[in-house]
Amino acid sequence: MRRWLLWLPLLALLVVLGFAARELMKPADRTVYSAMVGQPVPDFALPPLVPGKPGVAAAEFRAGQPRLINIFASWCIPCIAEAPQLMRLKEMGVPIEGIAIRDTPSAVTAFLARNGDPYRAIGDDKVSRVQLSLGSSGVPETFIIDGQGKIVKQHVGDIRADEVDAIYQAWRAAR
Amino acid sequence: MTAEAGLAALWLAAALAGLQLLLAGLAVKRGEATLLGAVRPVAIVQGIMALIAMGALIAVFCASDMSVALVAENSHSAKPMLYKFAGAWGNHEGSMLLWVTILGLAGGAVALFERRLDERTLIATLGGQAAIALGFYAFLLFASNPFGRADPAPPDGAGLNPLLQDPGLAFHPPTLYIGYVGLSVAFSFAIGALVTRDVGPAFARAMRPWVLGAWIFLTLGITAGSYWAYYELGWGGWWFWDPVENASLMPWLAATALLHSVTVLATRDGLRAWTVMLAVVAFSMSMIGTFLVRSGILTSVHAFAVDPERGAFILALLAIYIGGALALFALRVGTVRAGNTFEFLSREGGLVINNLLLSVILGLVLIGTFYPIVAAAMGTQLSVGPPFFDGTAGPIALVLVAVMAAGPLLRWRRDDMQAVLERLMLPIAATLFAGAGVFVLSSKPVGALSLAGLALAAGLAVASVAPLWKRDLRRAPLFLYGMVVAHLGIAVTLAGMAASTTWTEERLVAARVGEPVQVGPFSVTFEGVNPVLGANWSALEARLAVQRGEDGATFYLRPQSRFFANPVTNTSESAIATTLDGQLYTVLGQPDNAGRWQLRLWWKPWVTLIWLGGAMVAIGGALSMLGHILRERRATRRAMEAAWA
Repeated sequence: MRRWLLWLPLLALLVVLGFAARELMKPADRTVYSAMVGQPVPDFALPPLVPGKPGVAAAEFRAGQPRLINIFASWCIPCIAEAPQLMRLKEMGVPIEGIAIRDTPSAVTAFLARNGDPYRAIGDDKVSRVQLSLGSSGVPETFIIDGQGKIVKQHVGDIRADEVDAIYQAWRAAR
Repeated sequence: MTAEAGLAALWLAAALAGLQLLLAGLAVKRGEATLLGAVRPVAIVQGIMALIAMGALIAVFCASDMSVALVAENSHSAKPMLYKFAGAWGNHEGSMLLWVTILGLAGGAVALFERRLDERTLIATLGGQAAIALGFYAFLLFASNPFGRADPAPPDGAGLNPLLQDPGLAFHPPTLYIGYVGLSVAFSFAIGALVTRDVGPAFARAMRPWVLGAWIFLTLGITAGSYWAYYELGWGGWWFWDPVENASLMPWLAATALLHSVTVLATRDGLRAWTVMLAVVAFSMSMIGTFLVRSGILTSVHAFAVDPERGAFILALLAIYIGGALALFALRVGTVRAGNTFEFLSREGGLVINNLLLSVILGLVLIGTFYPIVAAAMGTQLSVGPPFFDGTAGPIALVLVAVMAAGPLLRWRRDDMQAVLERLMLPIAATLFAGAGVFVLSSKPVGALSLAGLALAAGLAVASVAPLWKRDLRRAPLFLYGMVVAHLGIAVTLAGMAASTTWTEERLVAARVGEPVQVGPFSVTFEGVNPVLGANWSALEARLAVQRGEDGATFYLRPQSRFFANPVTNTSESAIATTLDGQLYTVLGQPDNAGRWQLRLWWKPWVTLIWLGGAMVAIGGALSMLGHILRERRATRRAMEAAWA
């Protein structure tokens, strides 16, 4: 047997340990991002939820204008914390589509009256079907969609005040 | 006070391990008799000190001494006594202390009982044990002290995860640890033999009981763990290819290979370098297992409290021990003489194939388990699940089963193809007959893997008993019985896996009171829900009237949805009816608002065979170990008598 072959097991061990050490040193980011990022938005059409606001249909997203899809619910506490940031984005000219998860018209109307209404339209996702098809696993989450209807970025959790600029820049870059 | 005594004992044990390593190093280098004689007593006292530390920890847990931080974080005064006791190792620090205690005791046992091996090789072995122990003592003392105090002491503890409040906790971790540690002894023997260049049958015979013992405990630990997960988690599955399950499977695969190659080395003086390599691999797999579990690097159902720092510590230990051993292997194995040779068609040849197949399965499980870490380094997040493992390891395991059937029917050194085929006629016929029978008679379509599994299980069962054919059953050696029982156990487990996979029926229903539901041969009627109270939990308990067939006797099953207050958790306690041909498994879910309750019902035919087979494998191992020990004793006695005469 060739002598150098005997060192192969040690080499294999070091490679495995190297990968393990690398993984260990990384700050633990346990966020699981959607596999849909970089893909076109799956086709869907959600009916309206509150009177006077249209529903959300994926077909509109290909009309050339980038936008945000915000997945929220009236029963979700971080969504309340996120509301002022969404209002600011709206004032900066970003169109925001809302998808309300497992919600009722009266609860959402009250939620919007209390926390402000940043949404251009709100779709009614009673059983989380569209949420799951986007690869979102909780509320709130925000997707940035470019003018061709492709998902360019996913933000998991509420948008903090210091994250508004990054979201805005990403939206501008998606044009 | 008890806690401080325990900590002192732990420091003393660590110091003794240091002394043991130093003495052994000097003794092996200089070969002085006084130095050689000093190592054994130190090893024994080191084991006793570790035992005292473990005893102290158990004492503070049983006394619910909340001023000890570990007790406060993991125990509660209202917990039943058994779980206070077992809770001592139901947490990170305690389990690592248990690890070194077993390690220390094993080292002590080697020092006390091993008399046949060359003295220098034995002392080098004890030096290896001391080096391993030293690293883990350092890990305990510097990164996971179990005896730290909480100041001020809280009025009561945070409690133990209810999933762990089960008699399984008292047995599952210690059995696995004994298995892991037994492999560390095999590892130390290999190091000792490499250091003194003394790889031969004597080394193999000294190592064999430890490998066999470790393997028995790993088998028991995995079997018990599988059954525990099956009834306690309420998912109705017996194996999930979860990283932590794989962490216990990989050492078992390596130990199984080692067990067979060590037999070749002990009996025929062949496979020398390979056996040493396997001993190193087997212990590296237990350390990798410990690392995977303790670092939390992979997400798993075993969501222990995790800590990257501790992970880094274990990773460093792993790099030192295994890296060192592999480097020693590369340097020294060239000087190990080639052992005896053999022809391909022989018992040795069969065992080599067995070793290669086991190594391939081990490699596949290792790749599948570690791939998410490699992928993460490339920037993708993914997990590897049952489709990969079933699809890759499954078929190879079936080939292994076929080799297993043939192996024991082969002669040592060389055999004749014609004769082998004649001996295999009956098993082959049984395989074909069983396969055809299942294919024709099954009520459901049978998948290819399951069909092959059932057929091969029948063939293996026949082939396993074949070595006893035409022998005087009273004079057949005990270790032969051991092999027969263990191989038969594999056939039984395989049959259980294939049968339950194929014929399991599942019903998920929203049950109304009084409406019967059919699952398999059973009719299950939901009769309502009652509150019940336990020692430290309250529960809602469903009453299910079960009847088998049209006119079977009615009996009751009572699955519960339990609520624990310390810590606040809900668990579901499944209720299981075991019959000769399988299990009816029931779980109570949530109510809807219209008076209906979710029920999950499974009929799992022959599922019990899986664990029955596992137990048989362990019993076979125990018989074999007993047989070898008795034979060694007789040989020693005869040698002594010959010396007198």
